[in-house]
Amino acid sequence: MTRGNARRTRPDGHRGAPWPLAVPAAVAVAFLVLPLVGLLVRAPWRQLPTLLGQTAVRQALVLSLETATLATAVSILVGVPLAWVLARVRLRGRSAVQALVTLPLVLPPVVGGVALLLAFGRNGVVGRYLDSWFGITLPFTTAGVVVAETFVAMPFLIVTVEGALLAVDRRYEDAAATLGAGRWLTFRRVTLPMIAPSVAAGAVLCWARALGEFGATITFAGNFPGTTQTMPLAVYLALETDPAAAIALSLLLLAVCVTILIALRQRWVPGVRGPAPAP
Amino acid sequence: MRMSRMIVTGAAAGALAVVAGCGSTSGGGSTGAAPTSAAPTSAAATSSAASLSGTVTVLAAASLTGTFTDLGKQFEAAHPGVTVRFSFGASSALAQQINAGAPADVFASASTKNMTQVASHTSNPTTFVKNEAEIAVPPSNPKKITDVADLARSGVKVALCQAQVPCGVVAQAVFTKTRTTVKPVTLGADVKSVLTTVELNEADAGVVYKTDVQAAGSKVKGIAIPENENASTAYPIATVTGSKNAAAAAAFVAYVLSPAGRTVLTEAGFAQP
Repeated sequence: MTRGNARRTRPDGHRGAPWPLAVPAAVAVAFLVLPLVGLLVRAPWRQLPTLLGQTAVRQALVLSLETATLATAVSILVGVPLAWVLARVRLRGRSAVQALVTLPLVLPPVVGGVALLLAFGRNGVVGRYLDSWFGITLPFTTAGVVVAETFVAMPFLIVTVEGALLAVDRRYEDAAATLGAGRWLTFRRVTLPMIAPSVAAGAVLCWARALGEFGATITFAGNFPGTTQTMPLAVYLALETDPAAAIALSLLLLAVCVTILIALRQRWVPGVRGPAPAP
Repeated sequence: MRMSRMIVTGAAAGALAVVAGCGSTSGGGSTGAAPTSAAPTSAAATSSAASLSGTVTVLAAASLTGTFTDLGKQFEAAHPGVTVRFSFGASSALAQQINAGAPADVFASASTKNMTQVASHTSNPTTFVKNEAEIAVPPSNPKKITDVADLARSGVKVALCQAQVPCGVVAQAVFTKTRTTVKPVTLGADVKSVLTTVELNEADAGVVYKTDVQAAGSKVKGIAIPENENASTAYPIATVTGSKNAAAAAAFVAYVLSPAGRTVLTEAGFAQP
């Protein structure tokens, strides 16, 4: 893509923004960036290697990466099919389902944790049978962390993929159907490749949300180093006794997020790659 | 969570100071309001208790939730111009908040250690009660817990406070005394979260304070720890230096230390130091 092309795609030809927009925009940027600056300024750089070298820190980081990845995998496995159903099948009460599955987006995570406890806890409506029939109890286990993270993060994936499915040109799918492909084959060979970038973008969002999950995790899965204490829990609890360690942990989490987002943005997230070439 | 419960002291606290001698509060009908002029708090500090006003922000250990809420109401009744606001949480967390400059007037900690951490921000810490550990189990006691040693049995899910929280320290002291090695499944951020875990029957047992078991009523069952195996923690209370309402803060501390305050605390199961 040429430079001239890029300039032409700008929606607005004006050089600068009018001040009623520029000033609040600058305030917004400052507001969003200053806390991160604070983190960098106050970071105990010298102690950093010692603070981050502790086994507990590595444990929390590994646990966070593992559980966030598992939660994302589960979300893709069941979330993408759900997004397809919501976008393609004329379902009675579809909008109600849509609202319900996106509820965790707006629900305070702690409330989500309480709800999970009442559903999947040892006395929960489902958890009771998991316990008595299979001997499975989710609270205080790493599986519980994955459940909590999936609950909170999956809607990000569903919403992203559903949006992509609604925006995709349906004529490709129709063409596949006229050529005799069934809906499953069409989904696999036509739809999925078209929405792949959105699935990836949704997965990144989902992963990032899962990585940062705190409220539902501490409420539902509890807090124990090595099994359920993820990085956000470690940060919060360290803040109560050792603020320097909390800052160090925060920096580490920030670094992980930034690295992953930059790496994935370059490759996957649509919009960065530029518009499709004109026919 | 706990942070959101933090209440910012009203900026007007100082300006609301009522002039001394504004009216006796012995009668029930006293309004205790309508200041004739704005008086600086320093003036109130030297006057009688009846002139107290404004807001007192008290940061108190989670285990004091019930008793301090009651004491706050009684104090407000005795001083109609004063509003007492509480933020309850782990003493270790509250200590950090004070060191970070949280607007607080009084700090009541569940251990001397956390009070020492804020030594430069507090004056005259006084120990007012002691609290001992007790095992809390769900009312049905599914794992038939009868003593500390039972907590070490495999298959028993135990919830404890984190090691840096006073109730975690007390639990560890009990385990050291009894030479028990307990592997907890979760570490609560404060004593109330441990109690909740037991109340919800997610854990088979938790080590909390005697007072928490008593306050929970029938929601949990208490398994007493024998005196020779038990450990306790001392609760110091202090005013925070730089308080915007030092007079009322000192009065609240005095109230907690008074015979009336002692009665409330003793009834809740706290021991005298």
